[in-house]
Amino acid sequence: MSYVQNTAEQQAAMLASIGVDCIEALFAPIPSELRLKRLLDIPAAMSEIELTRHMTALASRNRNASDSVCFLGGGAYDHFIPAVVDAICSRSEYYTAYTPYQAEASQGSLQAFFEFQTLICQLTGMEVANASLYEGGTSVTEAVLMAAGVTGRHGRVIVAESVHPDYRSTLKTYLANLEPKVTEVPTPEGFANPDDIRKVLDDQTSCVVLQHPNFFGCLEEVEEVAKLCHAVGALLVVSFDPISLGILKKPGDYGADIAVAEGQGLGNPLNYGGPYLGLLACREAYVRKIPGRVVGQTTDRLGRRTYALTLQTREQHIRREKATSNICTNQGLMALKAAVHLTALGPSGLRETAHLCLNKAHYAVAQIETMTDMRRRFNRPFFKEFTLQSSVPVHSLLEHARDDGYLAGLALARWYEGLEDCFSVTVTEKRTRSEIDGLARSLQSAVRHGVRAVMA
Amino acid sequence: MEKNQSTALIFELSRSGRRCARLPVSDVPDAVVTIPQRFMADAPPALPELGELDVVRHFVNLSTKNMSIDTNFYPLGSCTMKYNPKRHERLAALAGLADVHPLQDDETCQGILGLLYEMQSYLAEIAGLHGVSLQPAAGAQGELTALLVASAYFKDKGQKRTRVLIPDSAHGTNPASAAIAGFDAVQIKSQGGYVDLEDLKAKLDDRTAVFMITNPNTLGLFEKQIATITKLVHEAGGLVYLDGANMNAILGITRPGDFGADMMHYNVHKTFTGPHGAGGPGSGPIAVRDMLIPYLPSPLVVRQGDRYTLDEDRPQSIGRVRSFFGNVGILIRGYCYIRTLGPSGLREVSDQAVLNANYLLSRLKDQFEVPQGDRCMHEFVASCRTLRREKNISAMEIAKRLLDFGYHAPTVYFPLVVPEALMIEPTETENKETLDAFADTLIKIKGEDAAFLKEAPHTLSRSRPDEVKAAKEPILRWKPA
Repeated sequence: MSYVQNTAEQQAAMLASIGVDCIEALFAPIPSELRLKRLLDIPAAMSEIELTRHMTALASRNRNASDSVCFLGGGAYDHFIPAVVDAICSRSEYYTAYTPYQAEASQGSLQAFFEFQTLICQLTGMEVANASLYEGGTSVTEAVLMAAGVTGRHGRVIVAESVHPDYRSTLKTYLANLEPKVTEVPTPEGFANPDDIRKVLDDQTSCVVLQHPNFFGCLEEVEEVAKLCHAVGALLVVSFDPISLGILKKPGDYGADIAVAEGQGLGNPLNYGGPYLGLLACREAYVRKIPGRVVGQTTDRLGRRTYALTLQTREQHIRREKATSNICTNQGLMALKAAVHLTALGPSGLRETAHLCLNKAHYAVAQIETMTDMRRRFNRPFFKEFTLQSSVPVHSLLEHARDDGYLAGLALARWYEGLEDCFSVTVTEKRTRSEIDGLARSLQSAVRHGVRAVMA
Repeated sequence: MEKNQSTALIFELSRSGRRCARLPVSDVPDAVVTIPQRFMADAPPALPELGELDVVRHFVNLSTKNMSIDTNFYPLGSCTMKYNPKRHERLAALAGLADVHPLQDDETCQGILGLLYEMQSYLAEIAGLHGVSLQPAAGAQGELTALLVASAYFKDKGQKRTRVLIPDSAHGTNPASAAIAGFDAVQIKSQGGYVDLEDLKAKLDDRTAVFMITNPNTLGLFEKQIATITKLVHEAGGLVYLDGANMNAILGITRPGDFGADMMHYNVHKTFTGPHGAGGPGSGPIAVRDMLIPYLPSPLVVRQGDRYTLDEDRPQSIGRVRSFFGNVGILIRGYCYIRTLGPSGLREVSDQAVLNANYLLSRLKDQFEVPQGDRCMHEFVASCRTLRREKNISAMEIAKRLLDFGYHAPTVYFPLVVPEALMIEPTETENKETLDAFADTLIKIKGEDAAFLKEAPHTLSRSRPDEVKAAKEPILRWKPA
């Protein structure tokens, strides 16, 4: 079953037109000693009924945010997705199209991307946005490479340890053979202290990278760090949470020069990590250094408003090894989802979503601190995610909560030395008071159980 | 029917006070500890305000301004625009797949880890290679990842190799990826559509880290000398990288590992039919030979007895190339495709893709110049060089006029080694009637008046955007009047 349509008669007619006897003859250019002389060793074909049964069985072996109560975050969030997002993005005119090289045949996607770029500018308070990158981690990396291009500084890049560990790891991988070297600033108090940044910041530094709110959920002193950066001619790169901008100050308003984000929370399901989308917005002055696809408005030969891919001379298919990035696509469908999502929320919906996250997260902390001896690890303002210190082993605590139906949090031990007794909890607008109370009760019983176990 | 729906931007449709999505009333007290004022915005972002019907009508009407596989033949060379099965969309949306958080414990997602483990093994088998990383988000990232793997491998061996050799017919991502991986890109000439062996020999030396080759190449030709090429590269101590963009031609017929490639990437969105989403998401897994496995990005999925886990304890690994596991939603679709087709079905894909391309070539080769002869693999490249010289009709004119007839244009002006290129890839899922009608249309267009073609398309909502103006005076966002 390969979705092939040509009948046997048609195939015979086609072979006759080509002038060969059989399909095999078309593979003559491949030397016979290089041919695979057996079938591939993969499982036999399945009908749709069999495949559905198989996939449903695989799916049933995964806990998920629909059958459990999800308090997991760390860069991927269980936010509400309005039905209009799925309905619109299931239009196959969008999802079965490709890169809009032929503008006339792609005005739908091109206008949607232009709207996406505008929405991201409105969201961030920045002047220019591209049509999206792969995801949050590579967006930080692309921003750092871009900052080197903008400043002409190929020395130091300063990154706070409170930036997502995957993002930092990605950045280091990309920089392995390039000039810029990463200096990481420790964040023992749950945020990057501006004094610690000042100590390593110099006139060879291209940029400082912060995440705000950061991986622990804490807010960073972005405004102060922006001033420090600008005083030495470095750029401030901030990885933001798009939902937080319903209430928090915009990157453009606190002095960020390049604002990037994981955009998953804007209409995209968790999908075990992807496909997501990276957001990248910056100041107008850097527009010709921006990586990735960009859509511009122009006019057609009859003077009508028209959208087209633009600034392509930055890109790999023209510039090859001198391109601003090797990226060849945007995350078109994910960007469309984000655009529909932001439009569906509007300013009021985004603000309400952010308020719900903020209030529910703070309610959760209060409940947990009331009902257990666990306390917040960092005394910093936070938005929807917070870090708790546990009196019992984190692993067994989370396992206990899991048995009660809660994906309760992320153990931080795998990423941070010194935080072996800590885990982070995220509360989105989807969580209810009773779910939060349930989590607190589950943690309470785990702590009691743990205490009993230790005493026995 | 009068098309009275405006194409205004959502920002122009906005009216203060309109709402679409509504959130529940809060069931918890307002936060007692408020965030310090210095962090707070004065007002929420000035997003547009629309009612739900207008949001839907706007984006649904916009969608009708696209061509897509589901509505039009889309012979975009090198992009493998084949049918995207609907079952994949339904299955990938199952809550047990779509709603799994990437940082859940391995214990809680055995189904998905098992699927990804199987996918690693299928892609290794199809490649004839030994280890697979599913992490890269797209083909270009797969290239970069593999080059970083090669770099780490040579570093470990104590060899300083600085150059990546790339044929002049290669995708632009090849040299761009080489640059980011810290290599110097060195171009290798083509000779009659194939790698120029003499030029390759002249440039191969102990500085060569990797030779990147697309095979079948971007002209739709299988490099007949591939065994010699890979032998030469290996003798020089280099590694061979296969750009797997054109795997649709050789599934189950020949395997990159068997013809000497040490590393390759797949484009799951092409070969294994992930929907292209108007430019993404892609997924670009890489497969490598056994000695390179230690350097693959972390994590890999491993099996211990009947349990699957993510292995992060891989000290020689290059690290991550992105956050989380990869573009799993696309990998799931690729998995569904491989399971639907099975070994015979995959082989049939390549048989029929090559049959369709050769049939179309047979219909067109007397009407258009095809510099690389009268046979091809899954695609071929016609040239409008003579047409342009004699009748002032360029490849762009042909491409734009095709849109009037409801065909998406082929890839134009690529590969760079063919002047006035029209790169045509029909894929296996099209039928003979479609190919015949397309060929007839191309032949008809060729006979049309050049001045008329210069203004094509004539029947779409837009025609010939001014790209120079777009680039000179960039307008990249809407601004209030």
